[in-house]
Amino acid sequence: MTALEALRVDGVAKSYGSLAVLRSVSLAVAPGEVVGVVGPNGAGKTTLLDLLTGTGRCDAGRVLLSGRDVSRLPPPARARLGLGRTFQVPRPLGDLTVFENALVAAVRGAGLRGRHAYGAAFAALSYAGMAGLANTRAGGLRLLDRKRLELARALAQRPRVLLLDEIAGGLTDPESEALIATIRAVNEIGTTIVWVEHVMRVLTAVATRLICLADGRVIADDAPAAVLASEDVRAAFLGGGVL
Amino acid sequence: MTLLEVAGLNVFYGDFQALFDVSLSVPRAGSALALVGANGAGKTTLLRTIAGANRAASGSVTFSGTDITTAPPYRRITAGIALVPEGRKLFGSLTVEENILVGSSAVSRPGEWPLERIYEVFPMIAARRKQRASVLSGGEQQAVAIARALAAAPSLLLLDEISLGLAPRVVGELYQTLAGLRAAGTTLVIVEQDLARAMAACDDLVCLLEGRVALAGPVSSVTREQVVAAYFGQVRAGPDDVG
Repeated sequence: MTALEALRVDGVAKSYGSLAVLRSVSLAVAPGEVVGVVGPNGAGKTTLLDLLTGTGRCDAGRVLLSGRDVSRLPPPARARLGLGRTFQVPRPLGDLTVFENALVAAVRGAGLRGRHAYGAAFAALSYAGMAGLANTRAGGLRLLDRKRLELARALAQRPRVLLLDEIAGGLTDPESEALIATIRAVNEIGTTIVWVEHVMRVLTAVATRLICLADGRVIADDAPAAVLASEDVRAAFLGGGVL
Repeated sequence: MTLLEVAGLNVFYGDFQALFDVSLSVPRAGSALALVGANGAGKTTLLRTIAGANRAASGSVTFSGTDITTAPPYRRITAGIALVPEGRKLFGSLTVEENILVGSSAVSRPGEWPLERIYEVFPMIAARRKQRASVLSGGEQQAVAIARALAAAPSLLLLDEISLGLAPRVVGELYQTLAGLRAAGTTLVIVEQDLARAMAACDDLVCLLEGRVALAGPVSSVTREQVVAAYFGQVRAGPDDVG
């Protein structure tokens, strides 16, 4: 591993019973990069995020965060080392306000206290465009705002590496543009981003590299245009014959 | 008379909009339409809305000249629409034959598809008619799911991802059966991940992208590059009727 890597995955494998979901996946992400992870249904994308955050345990291989092997650490320990994550289906604490949701993330995720926790929570809401809704009950938010709060909760943990899981689905064009601007802003403050996404138009507006998973393996790792032009990638998405 | 006409369909799950102003038509009996698109594009939602399992917020579904937009699912079945759902959704504790009879019980008139005819079309399940559906192989279960739909004597058969998880040989057999159904006058709308297979089996193609029609036209007129661009969303325009 080199000191330049924010995240490294070495030969990671994961099976559920007889079903091999990931088979020796390796990848590396440099600090400040925005890397998109794409792949057809069942490719292993969300499983990969689970192994990165510690929600799932690797059967083989290692996960390194800024050079440190975190493979055996539980999710809270990885969060405190700078790994943040959003989930595909946002599940805010509905009875708490938007601000309280972000505060819980700052305290429980990053281990912050007092004014540091308040500061992190408010900064996260500002980046996610949610400061104006700070006192709104989270349970009443519309979809876009629930997604923004999900992002704010991840940011309140002050992650150095942020993992995003399909946050662009179901948005209108202006909402997509707003999301693109938000992710760019988060990246500009130095956050490394690994983004699982199927809305290519939004993903490729920000990502400088795409990694394509298929059948539990990395089949392409290159600039977005090169990955989307790859015959292997097209066959993985569109079927073996591809016209 | 146009057999199926979908016009300006908008469908929501809560405040998540899954379909945006979707229109398509299946002009004549015995034709086949391929419905393709990436994960989350809205294919299953569209099929379920045509079948009445999802409610349209606006827009219309017209079948054989009758507006069925607000008709409940059982009325649509008696009108001649049957859905083969993704994941088969068989009654595992019932026998093969009981599953098929559930389909025929949905219609009051004597069906054009008595059990003998169904077993002729699907010899792979004839020998297993007294066995519980849960003990069948994936291919056999898929055959039962199609047989259950046929038992309702549909003129329009909606098929959602029938090849998912099946061996290529079994998929080939199922598609041969579908070709026979078409020849006998049944109209098909097929959601299929394998683009080459879908295009070989159908006359027309509609590609959905983020809940919108990104490409529509006769299979013979669409180019590989058009389909790839529509699928990945590298360009997004309104409906691009190439026909």
